[in-house]
Amino acid sequence: MIPAAFEYTAAASVDEATQALRKYGEDAKVLAGGQSLIPLMRLRLAQPAVLVDIGRISGLDGIRRENGTLVVGALARHAEIQSSGEVRSSLPLLAELATDVGDNQVRNLGTIGGVVAHGDAAGDYNALALMLDAEIVTNKRRHRAADFYKDIFTTALEPDEVVTEVRFPVANGRHAYLKFRRRLFDWAIAGVAVQQTGSGWRVGYVNLGNTPRRGTAVEQALAQGASPADASNQAGSAIDPVDDVRASAVYKRSLAATLTRRALETASAGG
Amino acid sequence: MAITQMIGAHIQRREDPKLITGHGNYIDDMRLTGMLHMSVVRSPFPHARIRTIDVTDAAKSPGVHAVYTARDFKPVLAGGIPAAPAFVPDKKQVPNHYPIAESEACYQGEPVAVVLADDRYLADDAAQLVSIEYDPLPAVTDLDRAIEPGSPTAHEGAPDNIAWDAVFPGGDIDAAMAESEVRLKLRITQQRLFPTAMETRGCVADWVPFGNRVTLWSSTQVPHFLRLFISGALGITEAQMRVVANDVGGGFGAKLRPYPEEYLACAGSRLIGRPVKWIETRTESQQATTHGRGQIYDLEVGALRDGTLVGLRITQLLDAGAYVGVFGSFGGGCYTFKAVHGRSLGILTNRVSTDPYRGAGRPEATHLVERMVDLVAGELGLDPVEVRRKNFIKPEAFPHPNNFGLVYDSGAYEKTLDRALEMVGYGDLRRRQKELREQGRYLGIGLSTWVEICGIGPSAATAPAAGVALVESSAVRVHPTGSVTVSTGTHSHGQGHETTFAQIVADALGVPYEMIDIKHGDTGETPFGYGTYGSRSLAVGGISILKSCQKVVEKAKRLAAHIFEAAEEDVVFDQGRFYVKGSPDNAKVMGEIAFASYGAGLPEGMEQGMEAITYFDPPNFVWPFGAHICVVEVDAETGAVDLQRYIAVDDCGNVINPMIVEGQLHGGIAQGISQALFEEVRYDDDGGQLLTGTFLDYLVPTMAEMPHYELDRTVTPSPTNELGVKGIGEAGTIAASAAVINAVCDALSPLGIKHVEMPARPDRVWSLIQEARS
Repeated sequence: MIPAAFEYTAAASVDEATQALRKYGEDAKVLAGGQSLIPLMRLRLAQPAVLVDIGRISGLDGIRRENGTLVVGALARHAEIQSSGEVRSSLPLLAELATDVGDNQVRNLGTIGGVVAHGDAAGDYNALALMLDAEIVTNKRRHRAADFYKDIFTTALEPDEVVTEVRFPVANGRHAYLKFRRRLFDWAIAGVAVQQTGSGWRVGYVNLGNTPRRGTAVEQALAQGASPADASNQAGSAIDPVDDVRASAVYKRSLAATLTRRALETASAGG
Repeated sequence: MAITQMIGAHIQRREDPKLITGHGNYIDDMRLTGMLHMSVVRSPFPHARIRTIDVTDAAKSPGVHAVYTARDFKPVLAGGIPAAPAFVPDKKQVPNHYPIAESEACYQGEPVAVVLADDRYLADDAAQLVSIEYDPLPAVTDLDRAIEPGSPTAHEGAPDNIAWDAVFPGGDIDAAMAESEVRLKLRITQQRLFPTAMETRGCVADWVPFGNRVTLWSSTQVPHFLRLFISGALGITEAQMRVVANDVGGGFGAKLRPYPEEYLACAGSRLIGRPVKWIETRTESQQATTHGRGQIYDLEVGALRDGTLVGLRITQLLDAGAYVGVFGSFGGGCYTFKAVHGRSLGILTNRVSTDPYRGAGRPEATHLVERMVDLVAGELGLDPVEVRRKNFIKPEAFPHPNNFGLVYDSGAYEKTLDRALEMVGYGDLRRRQKELREQGRYLGIGLSTWVEICGIGPSAATAPAAGVALVESSAVRVHPTGSVTVSTGTHSHGQGHETTFAQIVADALGVPYEMIDIKHGDTGETPFGYGTYGSRSLAVGGISILKSCQKVVEKAKRLAAHIFEAAEEDVVFDQGRFYVKGSPDNAKVMGEIAFASYGAGLPEGMEQGMEAITYFDPPNFVWPFGAHICVVEVDAETGAVDLQRYIAVDDCGNVINPMIVEGQLHGGIAQGISQALFEEVRYDDDGGQLLTGTFLDYLVPTMAEMPHYELDRTVTPSPTNELGVKGIGEAGTIAASAAVINAVCDALSPLGIKHVEMPARPDRVWSLIQEARS
């Protein structure tokens, strides 16, 4: 890759990273796994003046359970999430999402913090965070996922803010993730995650709007006893897909309903 | 002919240890002292007038040595890039293609300026600073609209967009259609494809002012053609230019022509007085390396009610791009039509040129005839297998002149089909299909019984249209102690010539395989060569090598007779040993005879040395064939096509190395499946802006998307050459797209869907299902 020139600084701690970000302001970008940022720099679509590498900060990659919460460090890589025993027992759906991210190379480098901070509606974890009311913890504060994803590639993060961990409520009931794509390592054309929790079904949508989406209407229909087929008819109210090179919006709407029904059926059948 | 039995041996490619351990020698591995890097500034518009170019800021950028535009190149670079020799007799217009745009840019990605700097990063930084004012012009992109009177033209001031309008009559088509009981029409689009070699293009040019000599290292399939054309443009002789193509990471037809950057690197090196390197980025490759396919076919087939095929009318609209490349081809496949009529319209558009891509015309020809045969079967309620059987050219009919006068050399089409049907379990599968249909599931079975023309080519066929002879050269030199250097004019960029050609030589000379070295790709050490494309290397280049070996053996026999003091006709050559009939114990091996040939005491009139050169002009093309069957299930709710099985029974005549044949089939089939289901170059609705400019949106599939290939082979030797060989490099691609699309259409036939365009994307299939149901 032939990016534009940039300065590089490796932070040894979250404090150092914070200081660097305050110093360089809008010109700086945080580098974690680099799986979204580096391709943009390769095409010179992103030309940050400074990269603040947080990849060497120790202690940011831990995965642990705190009572009813699964805490995933920002630097936990997809491959670690995928194989973590803690994830598999506390929130197996998260491990399934991780398994479906990119290819081996991407999973060995990409991090959950990077996905969250990038705020991509196609980032599988973002829909999960939203639908489960996860908390996104930074060097400055805690965000509710519901207030975090603002617009396309836009989050509530400020320029000097670094994601440090993501806190998911434990949920190990019935669940499924269906990610529709044409190649195994592609982003989803549409993805639907469903999870049964103590307070009913939760439904999340990947890449079906400018931000991740939660299928509240589907959840309510299920709570009122609707069948998966009937509930999935409500999928449309949550999403706002656009025509793009992958598919038309009309097609994506149909796909969302089909995948919702199938995910609910798969999860229900899974016991 | 097998003497040491290397021909036909299942041996691993000798090229691989070097390549898979990272010891290949590709263009980007090259470092020359004082070498500068070239970055190319390209037009972002499909069509625009260039008003001004301001290089002031770029020239001042750190590490920059020069910024050149057309004006700088004009004094040292003459003429245009040649349009490849098209098999098209009536060219209406061939736009002049200067390597760099001066006042008008005609496709997105056309070079407008180049920056020479100390490294690639600095060169790209400066390239961003070249300031160009453009006046965008209307872009010509839609083929139907491009040929309407009054259409904007792809080049300002051109009379229209027609590059050629050629008719290929193959019998009395009107009579054939009149006699047909059913006539069916179909339009088929062959989408544009990126050829996607693993190694993008790239070159290093080193101009030496004393003697005006230049060496060009390039990632190309045709080093000799590069030397021929680029030396001319530089105003030097071929003797002053050397072109070297070392390891080349794939070509697939897109490295078959001299490219603008090769001219610009050579001329740039001359202007700056230092070596110049250029490496294409993937994004540049997708914009500026020729695309494959890019055609629309309007078709009409005529048949009798019993399934007898009678006539086929083909009108081809070929998107030539901004500058003329080559062509597409026609055919009636492996069937007997009374008449096949072709008309080809070459249409200039504001896109990068199209050129060959694996199969180059034959995938298109196969796709159209195989689709039309299935259309006939569907219309008449016949099994597509039976329609094929009924119309196959019969084994006893070979050699068979087709409708255009080309002579198919040998074939046994029903044999490959029978084997494929057996492998797939055709009867059971049709029963299963019926059961699933009753459950509302859509299983499809698609056939592609293909034949192709390869081994390009006999001068008798190529000369009338293009005035060229695509023959092939070889030089075989036996060194004094019996090792052998073989030079070939073909070029290997993944085909495994170093292995297969050595297998042929080992048998022909009776010399150990390990002692044979194959040289290719360097104009400085090989005779003039015609390069590698069109599955020609074995059937033309390999036979040329065999003939050189035979000349060497003939001389060695004469010398052996002299040494044995025997009559030449009494000398036996057997597995590398020469002896007098009846005395096999008193033998000399090739190395001993070669050693003697470099010394004194030769027969009267014999010169020293043991070597021979051959230019082989084949008497005919060769015609491989086969039967492929694809099984899919279509998910009617999502439109997704699940490719469940892929069976391929192919016949390429005698086989030199079965592993290489299988490897070629795997790769070839993958590219055919990929066209059918995944790949497509897409532009925005206004026409000229590339939407699929990265692998994120241009879907090159991976192993995970490919099925397991079930392969088998029949052997019908070619009578055209002594080894009985044909070609296999493109066969998989030629066959596969039709098999897959026929399977998808078969799956959807209960819904009344008759055709699905490529790629059969889920959203496209879903839309067809929605329409069919409403």
